[in-house]
This record gives sequence, C-alpha cells and structure tokens, in this order.
Amino acid sequence: MSRSREPGVPVPLLVPAVLAVAFLVLPLVGLVVRAPWGELWPQLTSPAVGEALRLSLVSATAATALSLVLGVPLAWVLARSRARGRSVLRALVTVPLVLPPVVGGVALFLVLGRQGIVGRWLDQAFDVTIPFTTTAVVIAETFVAMPFLVISVEGALRAADARFEDAAATLGADRWTTFRRVTLPLVAPGVAAGAVLCWARALGEFGATITFAGNFPGTTQTMPLAVYLALQQDPETAIVLSLVLLVVSVATLLLLRDRWLTRGVR
Amino acid sequence: MTLSADVRVACGPLTVDLDLEVADGEVLAVLGPNGAGKSTLLRVVAGLLPPDGGRVAVGAEVWDDVAAGVHVPAHGRRLGMVFQDHLLFPHLSVTDNVAFGLRTRGTRTSDARRAAAAWLARVGIADLGDRRPGRLSGGQAQRAALARALVGEPAVLLLDEPLSALDARTRLTVRAELRRHLAEYAGSTVLVTHDPIDAMALADRVVVVEEGRVVQAGTPADVSRHPRTDYVARLVGLALLPGTGEGTTVRLDGGGRVAVAEETAGPVFVAVRPGSVALYPARPAGSPRNVWPARLVSATPHGSTVRCELDGEVPLVADVTEAAYAELGLAPGAAVWAAVKASEVAVYDR
Repeated sequence: MSRSREPGVPVPLLVPAVLAVAFLVLPLVGLVVRAPWGELWPQLTSPAVGEALRLSLVSATAATALSLVLGVPLAWVLARSRARGRSVLRALVTVPLVLPPVVGGVALFLVLGRQGIVGRWLDQAFDVTIPFTTTAVVIAETFVAMPFLVISVEGALRAADARFEDAAATLGADRWTTFRRVTLPLVAPGVAAGAVLCWARALGEFGATITFAGNFPGTTQTMPLAVYLALQQDPETAIVLSLVLLVVSVATLLLLRDRWLTRGVR
Repeated sequence: MTLSADVRVACGPLTVDLDLEVADGEVLAVLGPNGAGKSTLLRVVAGLLPPDGGRVAVGAEVWDDVAAGVHVPAHGRRLGMVFQDHLLFPHLSVTDNVAFGLRTRGTRTSDARRAAAAWLARVGIADLGDRRPGRLSGGQAQRAALARALVGEPAVLLLDEPLSALDARTRLTVRAELRRHLAEYAGSTVLVTHDPIDAMALADRVVVVEEGRVVQAGTPADVSRHPRTDYVARLVGLALLPGTGEGTTVRLDGGGRVAVAEETAGPVFVAVRPGSVALYPARPAGSPRNVWPARLVSATPHGSTVRCELDGEVPLVADVTEAAYAELGLAPGAAVWAAVKASEVAVYDR
C-alpha cells in the first residue's frame, strides 16, 4: 500500500461488524461454556457416540472418495473440453449447492427408492435396496458435497496455465497421460482444498441423509442426526456431540489454511 | 527429411497463409512483429492447432493434410518445442522434465533419467538436475528446455522466441550456445523471433512475416542488406526509401532526390545505414552530393552512439557519437543538415 489510510474504522461500520462477530462467535462460546466437562470423557467413549462418530467419519470419507473419482473428471470436462452446453452443465452441477438438502433427499428417494426409476430395477435385477442403508448415507452426502469439489477443482484448472499441457503434448503425452502427469499435479492444491471442503460438507450433512437414509443407529445415524435426536432426550449428549463436530470443523479449517490454501494461492 | 508446411489458418482477424520448406540440418528463422502470425504457424506445425487448409509433412510422414482429412495430434509428431518462457513442469525436477518425453514414449525410467542427465551435461547444467525449475535462473531454465526438446531426437525442432525472456547478457551467452547446438542438430529447425539479431545469428535462411504473409525470404545477409519493407529496414536499422531510379540518381516517392553510385532504372529501394549519415549544424561545403535540411525528431542513446530520427524531405535515421551529439548542441526539434555519400547508399530493385 503506497497510500497511507486514515486509522480507525467509521462507527457505522464498526458497530455492525462487532455485532456480526458476536453473532457468529457467541453461540460457539455458549457451546463450549455449557459443555459438561466433567462427564466429557465417559460421554465421548459411550458406544452411541462412538458409533455415530465412526459412521460419520467413514461415510464422509467414502463420499469424498466418490466425489474425487467422479468430480475431478467432471471438473476437467467443465474447464477444458470445448463441448457445447458446458454452461448448462455447470448450472446443473451447481444446483445441489443451492438446493435445500431435504429436497435432494426426496429426489434421491424417488430415483433410488424401491419404487424409484433406478431403484426398482436395482431391486428386481440385483436384489439391491439402497434407502435406509449406509450406502444411502454415502450417496446423500456425495450428492450434496460433490459440487463443492467440482467448483473448487474447476477453478484450479482454469487458473492453471494450459500451455503446460501444450508442452506435454509436444513431448509425446496424449491427453490422458498429460492429465495424470502434468495437469493433476499442477492443480493438486486445488483438488486437496476441494476435497477438504467436500469432506466437511459431507460430515455435516443432515437433510438429505435423514430423508433418504433415515435415522438408524449404527447404519445411518451420523453425528448431525445423533445431535438432533439427543437434543430432544439428553441435551448434555447433544452438547458433547456438537463439541466433537466443532473440533473437527475447526481442525479442518486449520488444515485447509495451513496446508493447502496458502500453498494453492502462491 | 524436409519439413514442408503450407499452412492456412484464421487467427483472430488475421489469416495466416504461409508456405515454408526447411531442409534437414537447416535453421529457418521466421522473423516478424508481434501479432504477425508467427506463433500460430508454430502451433500448427506442432499439431496444437489444426489448420483450416494446407499440408504439413516431414519427409514421407504427413502430419496435416486438410484436403485428405489427415491430422496427427501433437503427441504423435516427432518434434521438440522450446517455448519463450520455457514451460518446464514446476512439479518435476529438471532431470524428470528432460526425461518426460522419453518416458511418455515408453523408455524405462532409469534409461530416460540417464539420457536426460547426459543432455543436461551437454547444455552445461549437469549439476542442476535435482532442482525444481523454480530454482533455476532464466538462462538455466532455457537450457533445460532445449535439452528437453532435443533429448528425444526429434525430426523437427520448433523454437518459439527462445531468447526473448532472457536479460541482455544471458541472451548473448545462450544465443551462442544455441547456435552451437543447432549446428549439431540433424533435423529441421524453425525459429520464430521478433529479434533480427537472433534471426541473423542463428538462421541459415530468414523468412520475414507480416500480417500472416511472407514479405521477404532469403539469407540473413541478403535480408539485412536488401530489406523489402519498412519493418525489416527499421529492424536492421536502415532507412528504407522507395523511389524511381533515373541513372545515378533516384527520385524518391516521398519527394527529394538521392545520388547513388550505380546506375539504376525503374522502381527501386534506397537503403541508408544510420552509421553513414553525417550531421552538420550548417550546410556542409565539399564532396557529399546528398545533403538535406532536416529536423531532429528524437534522439535515443544506444551504447556509445545516439540514434537520431530525422524528419524532412528525406526521412532518415542517423547514428552519431555522443561527443558529436554534444558538440553539435543537438536537441529534439533542432534544425540540422544531413549528408550521405553516394557510395554509402544502397540501391536495389523493388
């Protein structure tokens, strides 16, 4: 900055800004203050909490893996191919970002449910039923979280210098080799950032999961569902569970900042 | 094998239409201003851009033939390319960058690394193989890029402004090295540049391209001695004046007459080197037959000389020493007399 600014923040900006901080931070402080610290350990190690946490971690990780396998190629198509209708495709991909998750759950149910278009066929041909299983949890979380990954990776691909791909082509690399050995390593920070965002979103998924997968302890009851249920019966457990999710979220944020975001910006 | 490229391709508002042949071991420089379509030509030859029409072939291998529907993608062409800003892959070591082309073409990793190391030694950066490209200087990176392009023994070498990102001193050394490597290289080389010195120093033949078309072709000496367009003349520092020959004088199209040594007739170009223009504060007496009043438009120091752009009946460029410039008390806007000996004026047919 070559020009020095007047010090201080104007009051009309300062007051709302302070209110905003309070609004965002106070609930979290409340959560920490109200936590039953004495009973924390027994609560954390109780089988119900452990089960929900394990299921959450496993399903969010599976959803992230699925998002990577499907979402990175999709991001490449959006960023690199000259196919027509890409803007329409991009709009479709971003719909789950703005769609209420519960609507996504209903939609998934209508397609993959036993009476659904695909679900009926799966049921009859393979005797496979998806709703109300852990698979359903993973599918619901992927549906909601994958767009975060796609958008993040597409942005990284657009920012990456495509001339490196030209250079690879002149060195005898076909497009697939170029993608594996040049493009993907170049956008790795963007992919990692997208994966972390995707994972965090999947971990917190509630609406689509409860609609499409239900709320069965051990198979479909993830942490957010457990929190909601516990709040009605045993508020202390709800607080502990929330605290766990808060810690995981903050850890994710730190990971994102220190490991990838700063490196990705470069 | 001879590279023959007859290329027609639209490039924005410009249509590039070039027909080139480069023999084995020959270096062809494509010289032209920015936006002349030089890089577009190179992208077509490399297979990165399909042409709208024409044919690109190396010996019997056809890379592009629009009429026959042939288009070999870039990765199927045996070529090496050096880019202006080297484009070394930032996530790979220098050795792995050089080995990249061998690896994609199926060489085992250890063999590819060995060949890469040998080439790094050849371009004089044997000890930098473990570094990432980000930790190389511009000259080192460009040497590595050359090694990467040549390690696969390509049939065609394409150089896209290989020296223009380097600072002046580095450019001098890298240019000399490049000249040596090009002399050893057996395939056809196409060098694209906007710097006439690169073209003169590195190429066996020069093609000057303006607005997508060849305006002049010949040996470097030929082109610099007989520039055909204003651009070429300015590049090589000459004032290029069209006129009509009438015996030992030339009537300039822009007005005025120039005395020349040889007899000429018909449309000609008169070329005057800046070094042969002398400036005087008053009309000089004596031998020079070419004396014109002029006004100094601008003066730019070039080393120990000052390049003076003159306006008047005959627009000229003069190089005078700094001492002479000071002695004459020159400043932009000053009125001077410019003199050129007839024997110093080059004339050639248009």
